[in-house]
Amino acid sequence: MTDILQSDMNQALMMDGNAVAGTLSEVFAMEMTTSLAECVSCGKRSEMGGLLAFIQTPGFVLRCPACKDIVLRVVVTPDAYYLDARGALYLRLVRQ
Amino acid sequence: MANPFISKGFFGRRRQPDAADRLPPGQYLTPDFPVLSAGPTPRITLDDWTFTIGGLAREPFTWNWKEFTGLPAQTFTVDIHCVTKWSKLDTRWKGVSLELLLEHVDLDPKAGFVTATCYGGYTTNLPLPDIVNGQAFVAYEYDGQPLLPEHGGPARLVVPHLYFWKSAKWVNGLQFMEFDRRGFWESLGYHDRGDPWKEQRYQGD
Amino acid sequence: MRTTLEWQIATIQSIQVETSTVKTFTLAVPSWMPHRAGQHYDIRLTAPDGYQAQRSYSIASEPERQGVIDLTVEWLEDGEVSSYLHEGLTTGDQLEVRGPIGGYFVWEASMNGPLLLIAGGSGIVPLMSMIRHRAKTGSQVPTRLLYSVRTPEDVIYDEELRQRPAFRDGLEIFYTFTRSQPAGWTGYARRIDRQMLSEVVEPFGKEPLVYVCGPTLLVESVANQLVQIDIPPARIRNERFGPTGGTQ
Repeated sequence: MTDILQSDMNQALMMDGNAVAGTLSEVFAMEMTTSLAECVSCGKRSEMGGLLAFIQTPGFVLRCPACKDIVLRVVVTPDAYYLDARGALYLRLVRQ
Repeated sequence: MANPFISKGFFGRRRQPDAADRLPPGQYLTPDFPVLSAGPTPRITLDDWTFTIGGLAREPFTWNWKEFTGLPAQTFTVDIHCVTKWSKLDTRWKGVSLELLLEHVDLDPKAGFVTATCYGGYTTNLPLPDIVNGQAFVAYEYDGQPLLPEHGGPARLVVPHLYFWKSAKWVNGLQFMEFDRRGFWESLGYHDRGDPWKEQRYQGD
Repeated sequence: MRTTLEWQIATIQSIQVETSTVKTFTLAVPSWMPHRAGQHYDIRLTAPDGYQAQRSYSIASEPERQGVIDLTVEWLEDGEVSSYLHEGLTTGDQLEVRGPIGGYFVWEASMNGPLLLIAGGSGIVPLMSMIRHRAKTGSQVPTRLLYSVRTPEDVIYDEELRQRPAFRDGLEIFYTFTRSQPAGWTGYARRIDRQMLSEVVEPFGKEPLVYVCGPTLLVESVANQLVQIDIPPARIRNERFGPTGGTQ
């Protein structure tokens, strides 16, 4: 078990939607970690705080915790936010 | 938009003065080899691994692992530059030059661009002139050891003169095309070519 | 309710050494607003040439403590921001912060329980905010903390955690020391596993609220084990901290 745990720095670096909550709140102008996303691939509905996050990359990639497919991608450039939500059948943002 | 608040005593990663001429604009030196991935590490066994060149070519060509590693290989020592601003100098790789791989196919003259495809679904697009003349190779060893899965093993593309997101990890093929088609990061704001010396980070740069 | 978060300049009011690699920074925040236990603040550093680095740190203090926030920060060996915070900042220095952030990994006394808090290393920080908030509200919700650390010297908030069970308000604390144990220790001395979880959760039945926080690999492992002992996934909240310092 130890060997498996130590062998993959990629997995050790993985985080979750909580880690990108600040940036998501910039893009959506609201707190997003309790917003729901339904995965296009497997149908699982997750709160965005529960999505797996790969954040070391040129952009953020949020993946379904069940099937690991991409739900959301975000890139922040000096001028713009790019958002790809094709991996979500929908995003459900609760009105305040 | 200038940020007026400067953190007292913070300098971040420093540019080494003696490496300054080897660092493209906006880059910082790192002694580490950061792991940057968009997803979990694909686990591919060498028995299952293949590499295919196809698309705008008379016929596609596929190698398995044994065939691929049986091709004449070279050792390359190159500097690499990531768009997230870290650079690493004198990285040592062993692999097969794309020149050699292209000898096995008959490319259509209309082919002007290539998409690198990968296990795990990642893609990146490159102009054909950027992958010929010894500018690109498929590497399966890093620093004298088999390439680790978290760094793209069994094999990855290495195109050191462009930002490292073009050096696709877990590469399994090249598809040649007439027209450019944006890959994973290029479709979300990153530059189609990505020359670090011209700081081509984002679309429109 | 504010819809956009703005960066603001906080001032360090005090710095508390928790362990040899962990410090708590008490920050006076000009536009302080009550947070929810489990939330975090982002800290952003800017160099003179414009280079920026940004990290998130969980709030350790309870929202009942007004005007200030405690951010507990573990020093990581190649940590760009944690190194800066640990080396050379003193009372009166300023930091650019944004928050509070987060809605998923939060617990409020009104959410009740029973409450199972599982921490690995610095994962204790947001759970400490929950424990402190719980005490301040006078809640008696049955609560168990399972805290995994390598050695006794790695326990963050050691003094405070020793004292709290004596208040007899329904909080129990279980430690597991994975590398070295205190003299005469008879408690857990291994990585969290399914057996340990079953034992700790036993009085809580099948429907506790569970919060798991710590290095990603620990959270992944515990998440799997909780599923194996039939805790409903809808009752579990995770927060992954990425790799921990000094695991190797």
